[in-house]
Amino acid sequence: MTLARADRPQRSPAASRATATATAADAGDARRRRLRGRLTSWAFVAPLIVYLAAFYLYPLYRNLDLSLHHYTVRSFVDGDAPFSGLDNFRQVLDDPTFWPALRNTMVFTLVSIALQYGAGLGLAVFFNRRFRLSGLLRALFLIPWLLPLIVSSSTWAWMLNSESGVVNYGLHLIGVAPVDWLTSPGWALNSVILANIWIGIPFNLVILHSGLQNIPGELYEAAALDGAGAWQQFRRITFPLLRPVSAIVLLLGFVYTLKVFDLIWIMTKGGPGDSSNTLATWSYRLGFGSLLPQFGPGAAVGNILILIALVFGLLYIRVQRRQEA
Amino acid sequence: MRHLPRTLLAVALAGTTLAAVAACSSGSGSAATAGSGSGAGGTYTFWDPYPQFDTDSNWGRTVTACGTAAGVTVKRTGMDTTDLGNKALLAAQQGNDPDIMLVDNPVVSTLVQAGILNKTSDLALDTTAIQKNVIGAGVVDGSAYVVPIGANTLALYYNKNVLKAAGVDPASIKDWASLTAALQKVKAAGKKGITFSAIGTEEGSFQFLPWFWGAGGDLTKLDDANAVAALTLWKSWVSQGLAPNDVLQNTQTTSWQEFATGDYAFGENGTWQLGNAAKAGFPYGVISIPGRNGGSAPAPTGGEFVTVPVQKDSSRYATDKKIVECLISARNLLATDTTLSYVAPTSAVQTQQVQANPALGPWVAAVAAARGRTSGGLGTKYPVISQQLWTAVQSALSGGQSPQAALGAAQQAVANHQG
Repeated sequence: MTLARADRPQRSPAASRATATATAADAGDARRRRLRGRLTSWAFVAPLIVYLAAFYLYPLYRNLDLSLHHYTVRSFVDGDAPFSGLDNFRQVLDDPTFWPALRNTMVFTLVSIALQYGAGLGLAVFFNRRFRLSGLLRALFLIPWLLPLIVSSSTWAWMLNSESGVVNYGLHLIGVAPVDWLTSPGWALNSVILANIWIGIPFNLVILHSGLQNIPGELYEAAALDGAGAWQQFRRITFPLLRPVSAIVLLLGFVYTLKVFDLIWIMTKGGPGDSSNTLATWSYRLGFGSLLPQFGPGAAVGNILILIALVFGLLYIRVQRRQEA
Repeated sequence: MRHLPRTLLAVALAGTTLAAVAACSSGSGSAATAGSGSGAGGTYTFWDPYPQFDTDSNWGRTVTACGTAAGVTVKRTGMDTTDLGNKALLAAQQGNDPDIMLVDNPVVSTLVQAGILNKTSDLALDTTAIQKNVIGAGVVDGSAYVVPIGANTLALYYNKNVLKAAGVDPASIKDWASLTAALQKVKAAGKKGITFSAIGTEEGSFQFLPWFWGAGGDLTKLDDANAVAALTLWKSWVSQGLAPNDVLQNTQTTSWQEFATGDYAFGENGTWQLGNAAKAGFPYGVISIPGRNGGSAPAPTGGEFVTVPVQKDSSRYATDKKIVECLISARNLLATDTTLSYVAPTSAVQTQQVQANPALGPWVAAVAAARGRTSGGLGTKYPVISQQLWTAVQSALSGGQSPQAALGAAQQAVANHQG
């Protein structure tokens, strides 16, 4: 949805040029030219269409296909799996893992984006008041974003290790009993959420910070003259004017967090048991986690994830439309 | 408007280049198999789960030399062991599996079910000298599909210094009760008890099986009293602090690293750590894992198998056979199993190994007593059972469920899957 929006301004200069040529030319040539113009525009779009088809449509189609057939390893290789309708979806929905996994996914996603957004907004407002070294500090805050996920998640896993982790060592120094961050069912999900928030803050910070810079300074001056305090300025100016940027940050954050897999897999493998298992890790477990892959149910879980993301995307577009209207 | 045709041309050019690139990339995939041709010469592909060895390693050289001896070039690719099974399935779907593939033994039943592997009898490979229990995991419905390159299994490494300081005689450890008593003595002496790997992957099940089988457990009945006894043992160790809590996250490598710190009395680990044990900096010993009421518990066999995947062009099998026979020749087996720190699958080479390194003696006995995970008709049922088993181990050790409840849920899940 975001792609389509971003494309619009790029396409318009080409279109206006085409109309300009059309009016300047003879009426007889016009149709031929228009045809050629249309061909040209299609030629321009063609690479994008080919790309989308090869890297988005086909995988989506394959995933749907996998989830609607009963695949065994033999039929996966021979390609003659019988059509099984919604059996895979039914199997997945009936699995005792499903509801805990859905709950974990929702908790993981919503808590992550709420806290990421809160922390990102706070930091963005903070860095918007230029002060010495603010540039350097802001750059330092970007580090989680620059590190490869495998590095940051492994580092978190080491820090939170129950026997030799630095966090438990710190707790020990102040006289607190060690916590089994990644190996107790009560803590595992919280620990991966914590790590995910840390990783997500820079994204929120950068986008919100650039959004803040688009708010004209005069508004604040006027508000200050009218006697509005810092909190009122934030509530009445910053937050409302930041709403479009916030909406896109939250939507992107949602879609991005919904599918987080590597972080959880590296830190807990969805365990212990199923206690930090989300739909994404469960889909991987089904498809690749054991020696006998279950491609059908794995793909079904993947499709459910896509469906959830789609629902929220459509919701976003609706809200957007209502705001524009 | 003059430039309109030019843009068209440019776009057309760009389009064709894109198409050409796409064609190239799709072409190169099939070229790997199709371009190599048949008969003498050509390139033969070879996959193994040893990414740690590069072309200049002993293993890499052995593979290259066996190709040269067969008159071909071998293109070897090492990849992660869990990756290898999935890649093999995908490659089979595309019809371009490698000519020869080394796979971890429990994967074989899955690959056989997928119809990817050739029987050794079809290739006229001789497997009569191979120990029965070692090749067991590669036999499906009475036919062998593999030739073992080497075998390993699990035992208990112990740190002599720690045991001496705690006043424990390793010879006194005969059963679970005496082992737990020893762990308590060690803990009382201020050291740590035992480390193992209970991670939520196949490794976790692999490490749990000696205790499971040592209690008389049966993989088709995960929730019977024997299985519960085994899981209760592990659970009691973790809750009493005789084993660290991070066993839940330990791979066998990180578990070894814990043992190598010198703080632990025991570490459950495999044959392949012998080389590292010598470098650990403290005197160590090895005992077999005790059964619940004494005797040695059967440990699972580990190790890789050489397999020959089905090819469209059957003329390649003659060369494949030559390469395999070279790899499993007594001389190469000795060299390879020394590199990997594995026990050879034939008694002739085992004798040579023990002569060269007497420390391997107990391991040869342990391998002889070990059991294949997919043996006994389990085949592709094993992966499903194993996944539920490691999930149960994780739930119980983390305190999420009691051993009884966790294993009950596991058995239920297996039944659902198979029914």
